[in-house]
Amino acid sequence: MLRFILTRVSLVIPTFIGITLLAFFLIRLVPGDPIETMAGERGIDAARHEQLKKDFGLDKPLIIQYGYYIERVLHGDLGKSIVTRESVLSEFQTLFPATVELAVCAILFALFLGIPAGILAAVRRNSIFDHGVMGISLTGYSMPIFWWGLILILVVSVQLGWTPVSGRIDVLYYIEPVTGFLLIDSFFSEDEGAFMSALGHLILPTIVLGTQPLATIARMTRSAMLEVLGEDYIRTAKAKGLSRFRVIGLHALRNALIPVVTVIGLQVGVLFTGAILTETIFSWPGIGKWLIEAIFRRDYPVLQGGLLLVGVIVMSVNLIVDLTYGLINPRIRHNR
Amino acid sequence: MTAETMEAPLVAAPTATPPHPLREFWGYFSANRGAVAGLFVIVGVVLVALLADVLAPHSPYLTDTKIALKPPFWQEGGSITYPLGTDAIGRDILSRLIYGSRLSLLIGVIVISISIVVGTVLGLVAGFARGVTEIFIMRLMDIVLTMPSLLLAIVVVAVLGPGLVNSMLAVALVILPHYVRLARAAVITETSKDYVTAARVSGAGNLRLMFKEVLPNCTAPLIVQASLGISTAILDAAALGFLGLGAQPPSPEWGTMLADAREFVLRAWWVVTFPGLAILITVLAFNLLGDGLRDALDPKLKR
Repeated sequence: MLRFILTRVSLVIPTFIGITLLAFFLIRLVPGDPIETMAGERGIDAARHEQLKKDFGLDKPLIIQYGYYIERVLHGDLGKSIVTRESVLSEFQTLFPATVELAVCAILFALFLGIPAGILAAVRRNSIFDHGVMGISLTGYSMPIFWWGLILILVVSVQLGWTPVSGRIDVLYYIEPVTGFLLIDSFFSEDEGAFMSALGHLILPTIVLGTQPLATIARMTRSAMLEVLGEDYIRTAKAKGLSRFRVIGLHALRNALIPVVTVIGLQVGVLFTGAILTETIFSWPGIGKWLIEAIFRRDYPVLQGGLLLVGVIVMSVNLIVDLTYGLINPRIRHNR
Repeated sequence: MTAETMEAPLVAAPTATPPHPLREFWGYFSANRGAVAGLFVIVGVVLVALLADVLAPHSPYLTDTKIALKPPFWQEGGSITYPLGTDAIGRDILSRLIYGSRLSLLIGVIVISISIVVGTVLGLVAGFARGVTEIFIMRLMDIVLTMPSLLLAIVVVAVLGPGLVNSMLAVALVILPHYVRLARAAVITETSKDYVTAARVSGAGNLRLMFKEVLPNCTAPLIVQASLGISTAILDAAALGFLGLGAQPPSPEWGTMLADAREFVLRAWWVVTFPGLAILITVLAFNLLGDGLRDALDPKLKR
């Protein structure tokens, strides 16, 4: 087991170095001089330019500069936003809970609908229900979620007036950020309506962000279940006279869920991609919207820091999924 | 992602001569109704794109503020002259959608061509060279795969500058690893087979082995991945367009049209609805086709 963990962790190191290289070279690939980019439209005089160049170590060879960059990164210094002058890391920390809250709700939505739908579709193979689930999930998989969000706003918020159009909570409420997760913070706050307001704001973004994972999970559960249902031990279990519910719910589901767990882990990247679009549509104050705004403001330190942090987070989650997978399934662990 | 279940394959009773491979393929493919429907839609979109000049009732760029935000013809105030209504500066939506199909197909085909060519070559090289070259290529692809696809594409566009061509390059880079992995995996399984050894013994060089011997035998998974990849490419490029980083206005690219339409979502449902519907239908058709191709080409599923 220890050997398994060590191999997997050591495999991550080159990826980490690659991500830092990507983030490092990002700023250098942008056309134009980084000092002038940082100075913005005001411009800068030649002497100050030289001084800044020295201060930032930009007169040194690239490899030394990269060394400095890694040193700063490892000390948690990701630079300052050009626009707000705030530290990139602290801005990230403020906004990150909003994205996590949305992503967690979306994946829960996808799991609670996707796994039962997939199981039922597999058990009733080739029924109308099966075809329906597969048709809907292929549609969900093909859905341009930025459009899906606009359509939901159009129908649910505007026509029916059931949910708010955008934001995280009504402006009426001020919630002191304790955990940063509004659902939790508002639940424990004095304001009666705050929790309901936060919940209402979450519904549409959750559906939009959860659509693609839902489609993937339903399809994955169905095919994993179909495979398991064909195994000999299922026939044995049936032959022993176990109830249908027990065979499917206990014997089959356990093994069918292994590939599904992996897929859930892989959804982290998909969720980030979706969060960029979902947060833009719903003005959700999270990481995705922050990064998009950084691009339009040419705020390169934010883009660089955000890219690095998101990359490291996705990488770590993948590693954790990998390790858990080895923990659940000894066959994986001993293969290496 | 997963294959649609196949209905009972239409295989005739064993005859003396095996059926022609294409006929056999069509037998499997046509059994899948979804795939055939997808193929029909794609043929339709291709025809629309080719005949855009004939089909479009108006110029996609002609603006006329007097007729701005006219609803579709079946709603009050709409007219058959502008069947799907007009946008905020009076352009005919139907005409823009028709011309937009050209862009979307072009994006899909170009992006996939770049990824397949570059990806196959990298995969073949990795599979044949092994050692440091392989590790370098595959680690690089792992990094690309680790990053959320849209974020990476956005960063590439941020470096290169927004626009249609740059967004296509960005999307091509993002989907590249799938082809590299596929080609490499196929090479590794194929090179251990006897026919490759035979070719090597008779003196075939590495290049000949790569392109004349091994490559033709790994085309099936590449074709399937290409069909599924076109849908991803169209979707991602539209997302970049929607974020204002892809094709720039007044281009009738469907994602860009949606970006323009966003602020009118409360007043004019049609400017928002139709471009997205066009994206959804096209992407769905390519996914159906891809699933059908996989079922028909994957020997493991031909039980």
